[in-house]
Amino acid sequence: MPTPPPSHPVPASKSAAARSGDGATAVSARKRVAPSRAVVRGDQGIKITRAVTIRRPAELLYAFWRDLENLARVIKHPVTITRTSDLASHWSVSAPGGGRVEWDAVIINENPGRLLAWRSREDAEVPNAGTVRFDPAPGDEGTEVTVNLEYNPPAGKLGALFAKLTGDEAGQQVAETLRRLKALMEAGEIPTTEGQPVGKPQSKRQNA
Amino acid sequence: MKAVCWMGKKKMEVQTVDDPRILNPRDCIVRITATAICGSDLHLYDGYVPTMEKGDILGHEFMGEVVEVGPEVKKLKVGDRVVVPFTISCGGCFHCSRQQWSCCDNTNPNASLLEAIAGYSGAALYGYSHLYGGYAGGQAQYARVPFADVGPIKIETDIPDEKVLFLSDIFPTGYMAAENCDIEPGRSVVAVWGCGPVGQFAIRSALLLGAAKVIAIDNVPERLRMAEAGGAMTINHDEVDDVLDHLKALTGGRGPDAAIDAVGMEAHGSAYDQVKQTLKLENDRAYALRQAMRAVRKGGVLSVPGVYSGFIDKVPFGAVFGKGVTIKQGQTHMHRYLRPLLDLIQDGKIDPSFVITHRVPLTEAPAAYQTFCNKEDDCIKVVLDPAA
Repeated sequence: MPTPPPSHPVPASKSAAARSGDGATAVSARKRVAPSRAVVRGDQGIKITRAVTIRRPAELLYAFWRDLENLARVIKHPVTITRTSDLASHWSVSAPGGGRVEWDAVIINENPGRLLAWRSREDAEVPNAGTVRFDPAPGDEGTEVTVNLEYNPPAGKLGALFAKLTGDEAGQQVAETLRRLKALMEAGEIPTTEGQPVGKPQSKRQNA
Repeated sequence: MKAVCWMGKKKMEVQTVDDPRILNPRDCIVRITATAICGSDLHLYDGYVPTMEKGDILGHEFMGEVVEVGPEVKKLKVGDRVVVPFTISCGGCFHCSRQQWSCCDNTNPNASLLEAIAGYSGAALYGYSHLYGGYAGGQAQYARVPFADVGPIKIETDIPDEKVLFLSDIFPTGYMAAENCDIEPGRSVVAVWGCGPVGQFAIRSALLLGAAKVIAIDNVPERLRMAEAGGAMTINHDEVDDVLDHLKALTGGRGPDAAIDAVGMEAHGSAYDQVKQTLKLENDRAYALRQAMRAVRKGGVLSVPGVYSGFIDKVPFGAVFGKGVTIKQGQTHMHRYLRPLLDLIQDGKIDPSFVITHRVPLTEAPAAYQTFCNKEDDCIKVVLDPAA
């Protein structure tokens, strides 16, 4: 089955509307599908594409992702995601030195089992937008999950903070998120050594 | 518990550390009854592996008794006796599903580090640097074993530890090296560079697989004697002018059908600076590989169980290309071999304890590392007793 290109608007699903218990939500989402201007202009900002193949059905992966608060389990950096409506969510990311970067995001396009697209609300300090696609992998080997993310780092102090937070590592952070999602889905857990025994001097540092 | 900790180049220490605990639902905890020092641990001891940190617990050849299981462990029970393979595999990814266990996608928490160097990360290893996951190793009284239902093999007879301990690494590693040689029973001639523990198992495995002749190359007398005892012809490369001439003489001029490099390179290349730092050493250490590349016959197989992880220079790739040589290599796909090799042991076809030359308490591990590293006292393989 051909996959709709990410830029092609797909009506919000009935199931999403049913989940929210409010059909109007989906309609309002569709209104946002064609914004008057791009979140990040074509010639600006930072654009990232990362992909991973996961040996699980697209529907299962989509359902995990669509329940946005789940993403806090697989994003390695501490993040708080609060769903404020079926389509809207609030994101809060801690930055080094105690600062926080916060924004509201809204799902602007969804095709269950295939695609989700979101963008920050217009007043976001760090305008960002993204899509995640779930495509069948060749040979019945699960699902290719592809994330496209773009953001526009602001100037000034906040921009510096955001740069410090993500730096050149934004792509790495997306890759790490996908890696951890894959481990959770294929292995049932995310690999870790946090809390294992270790000799001095590391143990002293841990206990300090 | 007591554990052997890496404290810097040529500095090992037995420390008292916390006991391990279950961290993930598929973990188990093993009380270790026997553990060993691997030749590849000497790369850590000699300080050639980057991303080691002082206090890291070493060891990847261990066995013992399950004393605790996580909530998602289905097959193993408290009280089971197990040997633990040195690679950690999830059992659920693309590679595990193809029996490429050492290429597992999902067990290295630091995969991005290795990815930056190699393009992709393989399975995590116990006690083998943070590049390979940073998991605490098994030269200790207890170890945490992730994916307990995937890796460990249950030993359900009262066969002694020493006969099955080496299922954890060196027997499967030597066996896969021999299997990679595409041996035609009764016809193939296999040459093995390096008569350390992996070379010894490669020699015996090649003969078990039907090799007509195995020729072992080393310069350590006691290792050559052990190779001979295992059925190999030997060449002491210090006593001959030209190893290639000797190999040709022993193979009717055609050359060995397969060449096994069980030496590897001392230095694991990694971050660029470290590679530069170690290149001088690599010139010597890649000597066996270069010689094997030139010695193997046309259309033959080069099998590499010896560990390489960085860059090597002056590789005669033209020789490999010109002769149409097939190269097979990589970390051992351990989980493939555990059951069939346990059967070989239990059927009496091989007793892996032949390789043990030293048995010492865990607390004496630092001295044992030194003895092993310097090949003092005819040391070939050290087994540590965590209870002593």
